[in-house]
Amino acid sequence: MSKKKVSAKINGQPVEFLCEPRQSLLECLRDVIGITGTKESCNDGNCGACSVLLNGRLVNSCLVFGVEVEGREITTIEGLADWQGLHPIQQIFLDRNVVQCGYCIPGIIIATKALLDREANPSEERIRSWLSGNLCRCTGYDKIVGAVKEAAVILAKEKGV
Amino acid sequence: MKQFDYENAKTIGEAVNLLNNSSKNVRPIAGGTDLIPRMRNGLLEPDILVDIKNIPELNILSINGDLLEIGAAVPLYRIYEEERITKSYPALIDAIKNIGGIAIQGRATVGGNLCNAAPSGDSIPALIVHEAMCIIAGPTGQRILPVEDFCTAPGKTALGRGELLTTIQIKHPPHNTGSCYNRFIPRNEMDIAVTGVAASLMLSMDRTQIENAKVAIGAVAPTPLLVKAAGEVLVGNAPTEEAWGKAAIAAQSAARPITDVRGSINQRKHLVGVLTKRALRKAYLRAIGEMEI
Ligand SMILES: Cc1cc2nc3c(=O)[nH]c(=O)nc-3n(C[C@H](O)[C@H](O)[C@H](O)COP(=O)(O)OP(=O)(O)OC[C@H]3O[C@@H](n4cnc5c(N)ncnc54)[C@H](O)[C@@H]3O)c2cc1C
Ligand code: FES
Ligand code: FES
Repeated sequence: MSKKKVSAKINGQPVEFLCEPRQSLLECLRDVIGITGTKESCNDGNCGACSVLLNGRLVNSCLVFGVEVEGREITTIEGLADWQGLHPIQQIFLDRNVVQCGYCIPGIIIATKALLDREANPSEERIRSWLSGNLCRCTGYDKIVGAVKEAAVILAKEKGV
Repeated sequence: MKQFDYENAKTIGEAVNLLNNSSKNVRPIAGGTDLIPRMRNGLLEPDILVDIKNIPELNILSINGDLLEIGAAVPLYRIYEEERITKSYPALIDAIKNIGGIAIQGRATVGGNLCNAAPSGDSIPALIVHEAMCIIAGPTGQRILPVEDFCTAPGKTALGRGELLTTIQIKHPPHNTGSCYNRFIPRNEMDIAVTGVAASLMLSMDRTQIENAKVAIGAVAPTPLLVKAAGEVLVGNAPTEEAWGKAAIAAQSAARPITDVRGSINQRKHLVGVLTKRALRKAYLRAIGEMEI
């Protein structure tokens, strides 16, 4: 089966890549394009390690075929920091020592961005429910939830709301 | 995963032509949240996948007059973010907010939930009590099927070769109507229903009598079921705990559950009773405007 050419925008950059139809977006990101911040764990939609934004929406990249993203925009964890430094969500995760092994964290930060892009001041219940598709084996979630709350405050201030 | 060919259909006609292939195993892909894990496990090995997400008609989500139309490629989040829909179709909203987490809801569709025909498919009992109709395109034209006739066995639907579910249509519920879907899972999120029940109630203008009622049950039979008897025991009665109790018994006697990893026959029978009463209580509160989604 021949490979297909896919054109998409990844972290703001136009990217063309070749893939087999059976390759997931996750495999395309990691193994074809070579950006490995997005992690694979369950590979069946349950853990959220592979979370990315597809046209601004949170998805599991293990449940998307690479060929399906033709013409779409993708944001991965690599797309959050800029030349000025880390994204405020990343910075607060670092400052508050949220991260243990770190494997779940790119997905959790992407999921958090998806939430805070939409809702400036989510309740703790809302944060926990939003992150229910992101499993963390290490932290017990409390520090994560605390950091998300702080990030919400910082981002709201930046936006002037 | 086995190799396959990917076809990006641009029209319903093109998708139907591709699906109507007698020598190849061809399947549509909507959100892929059921399909991709199954293909990865080797449970499904299609030769060709037809992507239906780039067909404009299938992305329509509209309310025209008193008709809600949900295209088969519309992801769940679009439905629950539309305020006019959340107000009028609470059982459907309860159900789709239960499907997976936010990332799943970013891809998954109601059409895919229905076509997957899982006995536990959360949207199906809700669609049944909303009296949804399935619009199906096929090689010989279009047909319409009530949603309760769509699933025929676990994983099996009424769709023939070359047929594609294009749209789900639901009439606007009349005044004084309320509905609810609730399910039991051992945790709060991200699990498959052990049992699920949807109910809708239409009350008289003075709200003292039940004029119409529907109860549908999930994960307790080979397909989600409309329990006609449960609706019938309610109609003409006052909306009381006693009435809910009678409907619950009717729903329990219609349930034909099995014992599996998620629950036993006895537990599921018990749950049908509990969840029927809860669904009716909430549907009633919504009908009288005392409970939001
Ligand atoms: C982590 C996780 C959690 C989940 N949680 C739940 C849950 O709580 N409740 C629940 O009910 N489900 C759950 N699911 C299952 C799944 O997400 C839902 O069934 C979803 O609605 C499927 O929609 P889809 O668009 O992704 O379907 P797809 O995977 O694209 O398709 C499903 C099936 O339907 C066929 N199909 C799709 N569209 C059409 C069409 N228009 N015409 C004809 N055939 C079609 C496909 O060929 C395939 O066989 C979960 C899945 C995952 C991975
Ligand atoms: S690797 Fe995609 S959800 Fe777990
Ligand atoms: S920090 Fe280890 S899995 Fe979350």
